[in-house]
Amino acid sequence: MAWLVVAYLGSLAVLLVSAFWTTNSFTGAVVHTVTGDNVVRVVTDEVFRTVTVRTVGVALLVTVLCAVLAVPLGLYMAKIASPRTRLALVVAVTTPLWASYLVKAYAWRVMLSPDGPMSWATGYTPGYGLVATVVTLTYLWLPYMIIPVFAAFERVPNHLVDASSDLGASDLSTLRMVVAPLVFPGIAAGSIFTFSLSLGDYIAVTIVGGKTQMLGNIIYGQLVTANNQPLAAALSIIPLVAVILYLLAMRRTGALENV
Amino acid sequence: MLSGGARAAVRTWTVLVLVFLYAPLLLVVVNAFNASRTFAFPPSGLTLRWWADAWNSDGMWTSLANSVVVGLGATAVALVLGTMIAFAVQRHQFFGRNTISFLVVLPITLPGIVTGIALNATFTSALGVTLGLATVIVGHATFCIVIVFNNTQARLRRLGTDLEDASADLGASSWQTFRFVTFPMMRGALVAGAILAFALSFDEIVVTTFTAGPAVQTLPIWIFGNLFRPNQAPVINVVAAALTVLAVIPVWLAQRFGGDPATTRV
Repeated sequence: MAWLVVAYLGSLAVLLVSAFWTTNSFTGAVVHTVTGDNVVRVVTDEVFRTVTVRTVGVALLVTVLCAVLAVPLGLYMAKIASPRTRLALVVAVTTPLWASYLVKAYAWRVMLSPDGPMSWATGYTPGYGLVATVVTLTYLWLPYMIIPVFAAFERVPNHLVDASSDLGASDLSTLRMVVAPLVFPGIAAGSIFTFSLSLGDYIAVTIVGGKTQMLGNIIYGQLVTANNQPLAAALSIIPLVAVILYLLAMRRTGALENV
Repeated sequence: MLSGGARAAVRTWTVLVLVFLYAPLLLVVVNAFNASRTFAFPPSGLTLRWWADAWNSDGMWTSLANSVVVGLGATAVALVLGTMIAFAVQRHQFFGRNTISFLVVLPITLPGIVTGIALNATFTSALGVTLGLATVIVGHATFCIVIVFNNTQARLRRLGTDLEDASADLGASSWQTFRFVTFPMMRGALVAGAILAFALSFDEIVVTTFTAGPAVQTLPIWIFGNLFRPNQAPVINVVAAALTVLAVIPVWLAQRFGGDPATTRV
């Protein structure tokens, strides 16, 4: 108990405080004087704003793509497949989660390379860039969306669906008016993972993104290359705030109970 | 539910998503045997040469050993503390209990880079600790605890307290009740949590980057460091293929000991 509070929340507190420190411009050492410069710079700098918009955009796009891919799959697994097929599909969907993150990102690097399988099979490859980043992140986080969506579909009682069609609703109306409201918390729960994991990612971007920069790359650059720990801390407040806002928004949909 | 046409469409979609999920993994395995030095596709021939190269790579073995040590350390810490938190939350009433359900998802939903920088700032600026294997273990433990907590707490909630009450009524001491009643019922959840925690720690790269310091390399750090070096590509391909094939082991273990594979990872 105390461990979690001290190690984790304590660290977050240090992070927030260190955002207000500064570095000695000559030695680069962290100086413990309180200043708002870093935070002001993060909010006003044009580059940081562009990257923030791009990162949040990518995270939202990845979330939407994951949902679009996962919803029909969840429907099939929960309501159409036989129990045996369902079990096989659950295993098939969860197994890639155990494969290494780096290996999966690397697989896409190979897949999209100029003389890789994709250009061999289709004669076209998007190359390394923003498109590759979105595809790779979608691939990486898709199972995190499928599992809660599948669980939500499974919880939809069959008799509700039957009642709806007995009352003369078409398949589409049943899906839209009966099933969709019950499945939405599952999508919301999955989206917490897809959104927050995409938001902070910088490894996959480095591997397949070419010159594309996301927030994570900038934070990493400030900390490691520029050795400006306070500015990195100030920058990392952006994803921190974004995720907390997202969590609070999703809490209203009841998604946290489905995580 | 659903007409024939819609069913067929949904089934086709399912097949396509599965292809999307597995094609890259298959590619990784095939490429480890690709005879071409540039790994052009389709492979010009198949070879086992790269596997011998990988076997003789010192950096790979050193970093693999570090990964195992960190994984075991973080899992051990997480098992003890995660279980304790789960018992505290599930079996006792105290102030702020409900806040914990919100706080506890934070370490797994917050971007790893935030956790990483926060821990880095704490270790270097606030505490003045030298970064090394120990700091990596602490860093990994923060999210491993959450995993163990989730698994244990879900099991405790499902079990209820009836059997423990019965045990106490029949005169067992609280230690006996824990040893002979609670623990056997918890074992599956603990094993599942431990496997998951170890797997996450073994695969972790972001928090590791910020807590390891320059001297220590775990396997993911080593892979990442060699990913962009063309002359290391054969070895990386082999390690990637091996890791992909080995991913079946935790699935099998979780199925066998943990039950309920669908919910274990999330």
